[in-house]
Amino acid sequence: MSAPTDTTASASAAAAAPTAWEDLVTSALLGTDRRPPVLPGGGPAREDSAATAPAALLDAAALHTVRRRAGLLPARPGARPAPAAADARPPLPAAARRRLAQLLADRAAPSGGGRRGTTPDLTELIPQWLATANLRGFRAPAALLPPLLDAARARTDLRPQALTFAGPLGLWLAGLNPEWKFALRGSSGGSPRPDTTDPQAVRLLWEEGLFAERVALLDAVRAQDPGAALALLATTWSTERAEDRLMFLDSLRTGLSGADEPFLEQALSDRSRNVRSTAAELLSALPDSALAGRMAARATSCVNPDRTGGGASIAVEAPHECDSGMQRDGVAPLPPAGRGERSWWLGQLVEAAPLTVWRQQFGGRTAHEIVALPVADDWAGELHAAWCRAAVRQRDAEWARALLGAPSTPPSNGPGTASLAERSKLLVTLPGAERAGWVADFIAAHGLSEAFQLLGVCAVPWAGPLGRSVVDALDIARDAGSYPWSFSGVMGLAERCLDPVEADRLEVLTATQDEPEGASPGAGGYWSEAFQRLVSTLRLRAAMDAELA
Amino acid sequence: MLRSHGGEPSRADGPVARWTVEQVLALAPDDASRKAGSRLGSAGPWSDGGFDGSGAVWGLCKGSGGKPYRTVIDTTGPAYRCSCPSRKFPCKHALGLLLLWAGGDAAIRPGEAAEWAGEWLRGRRVRAAEKGPPASDAAPGPADPEAVRKRAERRAERITGGAEELEQRLADVLRGGLASADRAGYGLWEETAARMVDAQAPGLASRVRELGAIPASGPGWPVRLLEECALLHLLDTAWLGLDRLPDRLAATVRTRVGLPAAAEGLPVRDHWLVLAQYDIPDGKIVARRIWLYGRESGRTALLLSFGAPGRSPGQALPVGVTLEAELTPYPGSGQPRAELGRQFGAPTPSGTPPPGAGTAAALAAYGDALRHDPWLEACPVTLRDVIPVPSGDGWQLADARAESAVPVAPAALSRPGLWKLVALSGGGPVTVFGEIGHRGFDPLAAWTTGAGNDPGGGSRSGGGEEPVPLI
Repeated sequence: MSAPTDTTASASAAAAAPTAWEDLVTSALLGTDRRPPVLPGGGPAREDSAATAPAALLDAAALHTVRRRAGLLPARPGARPAPAAADARPPLPAAARRRLAQLLADRAAPSGGGRRGTTPDLTELIPQWLATANLRGFRAPAALLPPLLDAARARTDLRPQALTFAGPLGLWLAGLNPEWKFALRGSSGGSPRPDTTDPQAVRLLWEEGLFAERVALLDAVRAQDPGAALALLATTWSTERAEDRLMFLDSLRTGLSGADEPFLEQALSDRSRNVRSTAAELLSALPDSALAGRMAARATSCVNPDRTGGGASIAVEAPHECDSGMQRDGVAPLPPAGRGERSWWLGQLVEAAPLTVWRQQFGGRTAHEIVALPVADDWAGELHAAWCRAAVRQRDAEWARALLGAPSTPPSNGPGTASLAERSKLLVTLPGAERAGWVADFIAAHGLSEAFQLLGVCAVPWAGPLGRSVVDALDIARDAGSYPWSFSGVMGLAERCLDPVEADRLEVLTATQDEPEGASPGAGGYWSEAFQRLVSTLRLRAAMDAELA
Repeated sequence: MLRSHGGEPSRADGPVARWTVEQVLALAPDDASRKAGSRLGSAGPWSDGGFDGSGAVWGLCKGSGGKPYRTVIDTTGPAYRCSCPSRKFPCKHALGLLLLWAGGDAAIRPGEAAEWAGEWLRGRRVRAAEKGPPASDAAPGPADPEAVRKRAERRAERITGGAEELEQRLADVLRGGLASADRAGYGLWEETAARMVDAQAPGLASRVRELGAIPASGPGWPVRLLEECALLHLLDTAWLGLDRLPDRLAATVRTRVGLPAAAEGLPVRDHWLVLAQYDIPDGKIVARRIWLYGRESGRTALLLSFGAPGRSPGQALPVGVTLEAELTPYPGSGQPRAELGRQFGAPTPSGTPPPGAGTAAALAAYGDALRHDPWLEACPVTLRDVIPVPSGDGWQLADARAESAVPVAPAALSRPGLWKLVALSGGGPVTVFGEIGHRGFDPLAAWTTGAGNDPGGGSRSGGGEEPVPLI
């Protein structure tokens, strides 16, 4: 009852009333026997009225209470918050707004737990919904901002998209509730994108801005004019802290070119080891840089055609020391535990050398032919792994293709690497359609158990052949009698990534089939359920997309 | 009994306007049903679904068993029927089906009701048409007026005994001091409350039980305890002097003491807007409160229904629809409670706010209502053009154009609806319906008035006319 009582006064009970009331409270607290009440309109209750004193006190208190309540006056308002900035984006279409309400309500409600059933997992579709809504430039509905911010608080992966969607009103709201302060941190959606057209403002922000603002500014300038960003960075470079230098250097990845080489060469002698190695990494991605040339010379002195065997194999002579020149060019001298130092140095040299040098080194052979060459003395693993890293760093699709090999080859016999993580990185260097095709063929040959990581780098929605290959593999797994939850990872991916147009084709798989010989008990029913869920999720995604049109 | 109309209930011409998803979700008895219903309303298990121009919606929902559940809803009631074994009301299948309908899903097509659905709908509507004002069929018991009178007298005597005993207890407590009552603790009040139950005065019993919680309610408790003791004493003495009170105040006292009353006023036919629906646990049962606003009469009415342990209350109306219906008021001055009688046609989704008042006028309205019912905790009111403003640990609603504000009631501060309200405002004025009383204002539904930020109502009628539920 702290509320109106504090700030309002009884309208009719005049100045004397509060003291009379306090007196009643004191008597009530201590007891009328000990402290007879002073009643309005007279002195202390008379001795002989001891029996009726409590009733008289309650009468007076009731009168006061009702009078006070009836006479409540409004309070003085506190300082009003500045209104939220306007949001010019158009409001969501009604159907899309309803859908979002449903997705967020599903997240907040207690989960059923256990078996997933045949209905879609709505929470899993929130990221996709937000991405589409942002792509189409809609404004978030105000009433749904609190559950949206709650969702983003609980799941960091939702934050960037959720905050973009929440817009200025979301930020305004977050400023009033400490539980949502995460929204005010960081640059993602936090500060508005800096205005890079005003050199004066840019200079001022660069010199006086907060770190996050400066990073955002540098990124923005770099995206427009790489040279201007470099010039801006050079003005304060020597006075920046080491951690900040590292972050700023990272901004140069965007629009990296030969023009950056002098600056990066200079950074090779930086006080900070992390700055030095990042500068070296950037330089090695410039095939014409002096550093790339030095690394090429070092690498080709270690990796040569094996003359003794007629040139049809590779001989490796790992470096015997890591001299100061190598260290200046970013080679880390100390290997991690368990690795020999010579192979550690070799790997770094080959990784940083431009892949173009190998064609000349091996008599004009193509990447495919070079990768196919036998390697002497068990150096093949080390060498191929380094080539993989080089192909990823230099985004060289030809070498990536060669190192990935044919998708039908079992991973353990593949040319480059058996590691699925490495392979998925190599896949990223391939054009989208080729990537999806490679993964489709891989799944057709080896099934789904190894495919999860590779699927993760394919564009969404999955291209036709890839989708069909995943569905076929699931169908085969069902026929083999295994349980669907052995494939729950891929199944979950398929729900989010399959092209919704596949729904009709999948419909036939939702029927419960006769269980094959040796199948796990009940598996048929579970598969039917899993496919039903897949189909309904795809239909739902198609509907969601249409609603956001 | 007077009727304000005659003839058959009219059915709306043309297609019945659909509800919004919020309106459907607001009917869910709890979060778990809301989630389960949401999933059933997004795809999949439905077949043979349809709706017709009279407001009926039906469909078959595949469950885990072999036979699909038959779900049918009469949205004019609304009334629900489902062959599932759920004790929730409405069940998740009804919610899912309504969501599909609300979302315009292609699985629910216009058409003729299936036989199994049509049978129930026809029966229901015939019953509804035959049903007179609810008060008349509420007394099907033995029609011996003499016996009824004697029973009432015996009960009144017991209540009088209880009120006298309660007066004695209050006097004892005041004589010894509230401080020692605090030490005697909760048990003292629990025991007294039990005595009031024996005396068949549930109204007194629940007030006494609440006294027990006050000493633990934080700073200032002696003041609150004295206020509540004094109001209880006022109720006791009012009961003991009942024959000297004016009729309407006497009726209020009877209701406050806990005597059952039947809705018996003249039915009021109006277009009633559903402003809010929410449940409050009351011991083992759940009380559901539905606030209605009459467009023509300007009256605000309260529908109360109760759910037995484990069941949700039987009445459910979607927030934001307007239904043409008769309400029969309960006796008692300033009593907003009424009973829903006959309905005419299907509800329509239109929710423009009641006219509303400023904060000063709203507080004055509460003060005025206390004249008719001094025990009133809060009364319904619409605040117009107010801005939510942070204030210390809490919030206020400040008039957009005057230096005047009311605090938000403590109970509302921990509810998510408060943040919805703040978001809707975005620092600008909103219109809010709620209950105002001596604890502050408890917001229950809001409309945005500014053109700036989207109301979140995303209304199909355009312009943020639908109330956004805050509870």
